[in-house]
This record gives sequence, structure tokens and C-alpha cells, in this order.
Amino acid sequence: MYHILREIADSWGLLSMTILFLGVVVWTFRPGSREVHDDIANIPLRNDEWRED
Amino acid sequence: MAGSLKLIALALVAFFAAIGANFAQDLAYQVHALIVLAVAAFLFIRQMRMMGNGPALTPETGYMDDVIRYGVVATAFWGVVGFAAGTFIAFQLAFPELTLDIPQTSFGRLRPLHTSAVIFAFGGNALLCTSFYIVQRTTAARLWGGNLAWFVFWGYNLFIVLAATGYLLGVTQGKEYAEPEWYVDLWLTVVWVAYLLVFLGTLWKRKEPHIYVANWFLLAFIVTVAMLHLVNNLAVPVSIFGSKSVQLFAGVQDAMTQWWYGHNAVGFFLTAGFLGMMYYFVPKQAERPVYSYKLSIVHFWALIFLYIWAGPHHLHYTALPDWAQTLGMVFSIMLWMPSWGGMINGLMTLSGAWDKLRTDPVLRMMVISIGFYGMSTFEGPMMSIKAVNSLSHYTDWTIGHVHSGALGWNGMITFGALYFLVPRLWNRERLYSLAMVNWHFWLATIGIVLYAASMWVTGIMEGLMWREVDAQGFLVNSFADTVDAKFPMYLVRGLGGILYLAGGVIMCVNLWKTAIGAGQTRTAAAVPAE
Repeated sequence: MYHILREIADSWGLLSMTILFLGVVVWTFRPGSREVHDDIANIPLRNDEWRED
Repeated sequence: MAGSLKLIALALVAFFAAIGANFAQDLAYQVHALIVLAVAAFLFIRQMRMMGNGPALTPETGYMDDVIRYGVVATAFWGVVGFAAGTFIAFQLAFPELTLDIPQTSFGRLRPLHTSAVIFAFGGNALLCTSFYIVQRTTAARLWGGNLAWFVFWGYNLFIVLAATGYLLGVTQGKEYAEPEWYVDLWLTVVWVAYLLVFLGTLWKRKEPHIYVANWFLLAFIVTVAMLHLVNNLAVPVSIFGSKSVQLFAGVQDAMTQWWYGHNAVGFFLTAGFLGMMYYFVPKQAERPVYSYKLSIVHFWALIFLYIWAGPHHLHYTALPDWAQTLGMVFSIMLWMPSWGGMINGLMTLSGAWDKLRTDPVLRMMVISIGFYGMSTFEGPMMSIKAVNSLSHYTDWTIGHVHSGALGWNGMITFGALYFLVPRLWNRERLYSLAMVNWHFWLATIGIVLYAASMWVTGIMEGLMWREVDAQGFLVNSFADTVDAKFPMYLVRGLGGILYLAGGVIMCVNLWKTAIGAGQTRTAAAVPAE
């Protein structure tokens, strides 16, 4: 069990996690993300008062 | 109907607690059973008196802030208790007579009381109340689950009381930062699942299309702490009527599980959770959006991916396999980068508003906390390097490192958050006194500097003394020699603690005066817009 887990951890496990992380970073810098991010970054500055809707 | 069911459930809890108290095999278990009995009986009577009143007519609208107000009070209260306990045991190390020769006040029992009081009671209540505040204000939604948030608050504080009384009565699992015994762990699990549900439910019904980054950090904190807590506390009770339990893991597996837990308690409780605070309160206090939202995303994922592997650096030069030690070291060093990415993001949020530092001591508090975050996240990776660790491990350097992070980063950002929250939660125009915030700022800062500096000196000194050998290869110093040599530094450390504690007391007075509205008129309560 220990050896199987170790084998997975330092081969496919490591590879998949690295790719997943790099994918997240690339996705963050995708073209057109700036407007979305600017909008999200301003969320804390606009909801102090309760809005009924 | 629901009320009757509640009554039956509370009666059952009280009944079984009474049985537990009767058959208890040790004092701590008995005391805990009696506490549970008292709480259940109180809630039973309270519920009975409400019966027949019909459903409560509290409107389910607006932000749910009353539970946050309770959380703020609990945070300030536990903070001062925890700082006082820490200062007291600091002087116990300098003057052993202060243990008073009573088992309940021995260092071994008061130390977990101090660590749990500051981390779980002060830090935990701070995280509970700020996360409830942040998740509502960044989703524009009311807390999900009605009174479930109240259950989380009171349930969590019952956990604190059970843990603290257990320590004083000498009950411990012997796992650092996971000392409470099995039934207290089970109770915390129930409370934590409720916390997760409240948080997720609020995110689910959000009115903002996107989830602000602070919530990512807070959610990572809640989920990861649940996982850590469950795995590290796998234990079999010796008896259903006793507090003693036996760990499922043994030997180096147990050690590795413990420090996987221990370091990620630092990483997700004291870092991810408090970063959630930083990403909300710093932009709010500076009145500008976070410097780079992209950086905050990269910060988040890098921190999450790296932190979970750093635990083995607590077990350098032990029976842990070498590869695991090296892995822990490498990931700890890599962790430096996302940490400083976060620090830069927090600090640069002030770009264009640096002048506010001159006039706003609350913002100054938040900035110095980010400074300490940067300092301790540099020191940590450095100390995880095996060669450095061979000198620093088991010395006071570690204690100093922990405190520059805990007092500097966690403490200061929490103080900043409390100063931000109290005027808003109690509908006051401003804080009672900015001068008192200034006093708090300087007392705390000088206190930390005294603490960290004296621990560097004594830590490196004792590390060097332990390894000093003479020409024949014999050790020069005995352990008692190092204890003797550390005395002056222990006094300086204790003084630092007193200053930090004094700052905390000043904060409590200031927040109290703000809440009761001394010297100012109440601002108009926030009225829901038409």
C-alpha cells in the first residue's frame, strides 16, 4: 500500500497537480479577464448597506 | 412541533449527561458531563418558557449582525485572557515558584490553556465573526440557516470551555494544538459542519455573481481544518464514560500525522483564514480595491497547493524518512514566494493612499500586521532548511518565530478588524479614541519586538551551547547551564508580554466605550433601502 501510494504520489499525482496549478495560473491571465477581475475586486466597496430586491 | 422535538432532544442530552456524570471514570469527564448537563438544562428551561408564544417574529431580512457582535465581544475577551495566560507562564519560566506547587497551575497545564486560548478562542472567534461579516458583505446576502449561526457561535465557545477546563484538570491527548479529548473533538466536528453549512449556504444564495477572493481563503480554511481535525484525532476511547482515548496511529506515522495537522493548522487556520480578513479589511480601511486581483488568485492557489506538504519540516533529523524531510523543506522554501506575493498585494493596496498611514492608526495596525506576515513567512522557510533547523530546533528561536507570526500577523490584523467592525456594528460614527489605538499600536509593536528579539538571542545562544564541545569532544554545557543563561532574556520576553497585554486591555476599554457610544451620538441605524 505504502509503495503504491508513493509511486502514484511522485509520478502521476505530482504531474497532475502541477498541470492543474499551471492551468489555474494560465486561466487567470486569459485575455479579457481584466474587466471581470476589476469588477470582483470592487465587491467589498459596494455592499455595506443592505439592498432589498 | 419543532419546539417539542427540541425539548425532547434537550431532555435526552441532559439525561445522558447526568448518567455520564454519575458513571464518570475521571474528574475531567465528570466536570464536563456536569457542564453539558447545566447547558442542556438551561436551554430546556429557555425553550419551555418560549413554548406557546408562537413563532418568533424576527424579520429574516438585512444582514445578520447580532451574532457578529457577540463574536466581537468573545474575541476581545478571549484575547485578553489568552495574553494574560501567556504572560503568566512566561514568568513561570523565569520564576518557577509561580507554578504555586498546584497541579492545576503547573506550566504543563497552563501552556495548552494559553495556546488554545489565543489560537482557538481569540483567533477562532475572530475568524467566526469576521467570516460571517465578510461573507454577507461580499455576497450581499443574509447568513444562511437562520439560527444555525448562533449554534455555531455558542457551540464553538462551549468547545473552548470544555477544552480549557479539561487542560486544567489534566486531560490531554498529548498532541500539540489538538489536545482536547475524543468527545470534545466530536463536538467540535458537529459545530464545524454547521459552520461549513452556514458559509456554503450564504455563498449559494449570493446576489453577487462572483465569489470575492476573501471567501475563497475562508472556505479553504473551513474545509481544510475539518479534514485536518478528523484525521489527526482518529482515536478509540478507552471507555464511553472516561476521557482517555488511544490514538489510531503509532510511532512515526502518528508524528507525521500530528505535524501534517500542526503545520496546516498554522497554514489554514492562522494563515488562509486571516488572509481572508486581510483581503477584505485592508481594502475597506484603505477605501480602495485590492492592488491586483490576479495576484490574489495566484496567491490563493499557490498557497493551497504548497502549504499542505510543508509539515515534515517539524520532524527534521527524526525517524521520519529522509525523503519526506527533504520534501517538507523544499515545499516550505517554495512557500516563501506565494506568501510574499500576498504580502505585496496587501501592502500595495495602499498605493496612492499611503498618506492615510499618517492619520489612520487602524490602517497602520493592518499594515504592520502584513509586515509581520512577511517577516515570519521569510523566517519560517529559512528555519525549515535542515542546516538552520539543526541549530534552531527545540530552542526558543521557534517560540520567537511563532510569536512574531501570532502576535504580529494574527493579533494585529484582528485588532485592525475589531477597530473596523465595532463602530459599524454598534452604529457609531467613529471609534471612541484614536489616541488609544495609537497607544495600543505602539505597546503591541514594542512588545513583539522585545519578545522576538529576546527569543532570537536566547534561542541561538542555547542552540550553540547545546552543540559546544571541548577539545576532547565532550559537551561543554549541561542543560541546566543553558536554562541559567537564559534568565535575563526570559525577563525581557515577559516584559514584552506585559506590553502586549496592556495594549489588549486598552483596546477593550476603547471598544467598550465605542459600543456604548461614550462621547458621541448614535448614527442612524442602517435602514433597508426601499
